[in-house]
Amino acid sequence: MTAVPAQPAPRTRSVPGSGWTVVAAKEFGDHLLSARFFVLVIVLGLAAAIPLYFAAAAIREVASGVTDTQAIFIALFWLAPDVGDQFTLPSVTGFMAYVAPLLGLAFSFDSINGERAQGTLPRLLSQPIHRDDVVNGKFVAGLAVIGLVLVTVVTAIAAFGIIRLGIVPAPAEILRIVLWVLLTFVYVSLWLAFGMLLSVAILRAATSALVGFGAWLLLTFFGGLIVSLIGGIIAPVAGTAEEALRNNGTQEALRRLLPDTLYREASLSLLNPQVTSVSTPATIGSYEQAQQRIPSLLSLDQSFILVWPQVVALVAMTVACFALAYVLFMRQEVRA
Amino acid sequence: MSASPGRIAPKKRPGRRLAAAPTAPSVGATGIDAPSDSIRIRTRGLTKRYDDLVAVDHLDLDIHAGEIFGLLGQNGAGKTTTILMLLGLTEPTSGAARVVGLDPSRGPLQVKRRVGYMPDSVGFYGDLTGRENLRYTARLNRIPAELTETTIDEVLDQVGLTDRADDKTDTYSRGMLQRLGIADALVKDPDVLILDEPTTAIDPLGVTEVLELLRRLVRERGMAVLLSSHLLNQVQSVCDRIGIFASGKLIGQGTMEQLAARFGDGRREVEVGLDLPQGADDRHAREVLRKVPGVESLDDGPRPGDPWTLTVAPGSDPAAVRSAVLAAVAAEGLPLASIRAVLPSLEDVYRRAVARPATAAAARPRPSNEDTPAAEDTPAADARADLDRVPAAAPPPVRVVAPDPVEPVTLPSDPPSPEEKP
Repeated sequence: MTAVPAQPAPRTRSVPGSGWTVVAAKEFGDHLLSARFFVLVIVLGLAAAIPLYFAAAAIREVASGVTDTQAIFIALFWLAPDVGDQFTLPSVTGFMAYVAPLLGLAFSFDSINGERAQGTLPRLLSQPIHRDDVVNGKFVAGLAVIGLVLVTVVTAIAAFGIIRLGIVPAPAEILRIVLWVLLTFVYVSLWLAFGMLLSVAILRAATSALVGFGAWLLLTFFGGLIVSLIGGIIAPVAGTAEEALRNNGTQEALRRLLPDTLYREASLSLLNPQVTSVSTPATIGSYEQAQQRIPSLLSLDQSFILVWPQVVALVAMTVACFALAYVLFMRQEVRA
Repeated sequence: MSASPGRIAPKKRPGRRLAAAPTAPSVGATGIDAPSDSIRIRTRGLTKRYDDLVAVDHLDLDIHAGEIFGLLGQNGAGKTTTILMLLGLTEPTSGAARVVGLDPSRGPLQVKRRVGYMPDSVGFYGDLTGRENLRYTARLNRIPAELTETTIDEVLDQVGLTDRADDKTDTYSRGMLQRLGIADALVKDPDVLILDEPTTAIDPLGVTEVLELLRRLVRERGMAVLLSSHLLNQVQSVCDRIGIFASGKLIGQGTMEQLAARFGDGRREVEVGLDLPQGADDRHAREVLRKVPGVESLDDGPRPGDPWTLTVAPGSDPAAVRSAVLAAVAAEGLPLASIRAVLPSLEDVYRRAVARPATAAAARPRPSNEDTPAAEDTPAADARADLDRVPAAAPPPVRVVAPDPVEPVTLPSDPPSPEEKP
């Protein structure tokens, strides 16, 4: 046994301040061995594989006739393939935008209330760690698992693309993909933080799962519809061309309240160098300008500048969610 | 459960055993930081208020090394809140506490490093084995990796869980979880052990083992144990000193004898068993015993053939009465089978103690003690059920308004609601 000094003299052994690493290591191990990890890897893999297959087919068709091969490989990620009869599948990024939130929610919706339900929270907090070590450790473990899953899935997509297309991505394309993975990581972290907030605020894991998945459905599937509805009431796209464009801008701003929109805009600009603007023109003048613009490919830094506000907004939402969860947890009674 | 002195011995220091003798508390006389070698837990005026509910009200407590202190009280009496404050998991509203000489509100980490705590309804990660759960605790306590496994083996052995250590805790019974909880509290090799309802789900034989383990830890390691329970017979059997908690107030603390002297009804009894044949004429024997000086009355036992109970007259010394009974029995040649002084049970003491402050018994009516003949006293098991029947949520939030624990006895059969008091 360790030599603890006799008592009641103040102890000499220093108490290490990194209890969160122990918590994070344990949680990370739990996640990797959990059933939900396997389920999510499979779900995410399938969600990416279906559009990937059709996108690859579409690219093979055009690629043979194109001489300018720049940024062909990366189209694998953003191309929304037509699958006969005017039916268009979402692109790989589109599928990610739908499914990725699940990844975040699944690893956090029961992180705190699960401990409560099991009766392990008082025991955990009575160990020599700070109270925030628990939330911090769990959040870090969640981030690590998310990163692992994303890197695995994207690497698999890229490998598939290289084999199927026979095109090796250019360095610039690889950089774009890496940035896009980071962006997706931030987007999933937002949902992880949101799930964590739910797990602190809601005492029952089942309830917090329901609320989380409800929010996911609402924001990713119906969010656009709801925002269009509200936008249509307060700023209908009608009247003169000038008015219609202005109101369209208002609606666009509203839509950007949804993390889903931010993520789609940012990933499209990051992946597709042909995208030169994320906003539709708000005046006739700029509309005409956009018409006259010569199609060109943006360099990576230009693309990044274009989506900087979106990225910042996503990071800010993530931080806000986690901060709220953190504060709530610190103020909660141990027995709640 | 086999002894494993190897673990216990190294920490034992010669001085510890000297400090182990429980000493009478001198509440209020000393400051909170008064130097003391033996005090492990000390609180002064410790108070916790939730809005208008006083969960713990000006608690003064001293717990020494080498003693087991039993905290006794109904659900919702403030036991768990007190424990959480001692661990720094809840901030006291006012007052101060020192655990192993440290302030839990300021240095919770140091306190938690040296205090083993087993919470009420302890839980473990169900998809980990018992051993893995303990390993996690060991890591959180920064126990060096090379010591972890031996430590875990020892504590598992001490609580008798070695056989099931590698099963997932999902498959454990409640009693096994409680044993694992005690092992979990021991992993960090604590100086103070705080156990919240440690034995409620353990089977009777297991309870004996656990209580023996606690006694051994206290004896050999000079550990201080704070045990909260509502199982009166267990508390009585294992605790050196007992504190009775009601509505956030400690209404009495001390050894069983001190509590009996304070809260007992003053009745002293001697139980005499005679080895008379079934159906024999016992009038002569009754007559002899009744005439012994100092004997007030003689009552039959609950069943025919059970020992008789002699009530000692007020003012007489029970020991003298016992000697006189022995002399009389010898002189008359009666076949004596047993003789013993009847001590008041903790249940009697507890009931009387909680009945005293008007608010404590307000939760539900109880039969008045004065009307209950001694022979009809409910067994301890009933008392346990009695306490269990009062769920934490059932009693209305009792506002503690009785400032003085020794105010006149209010008959609990007529429970005054807290609102009636000014």
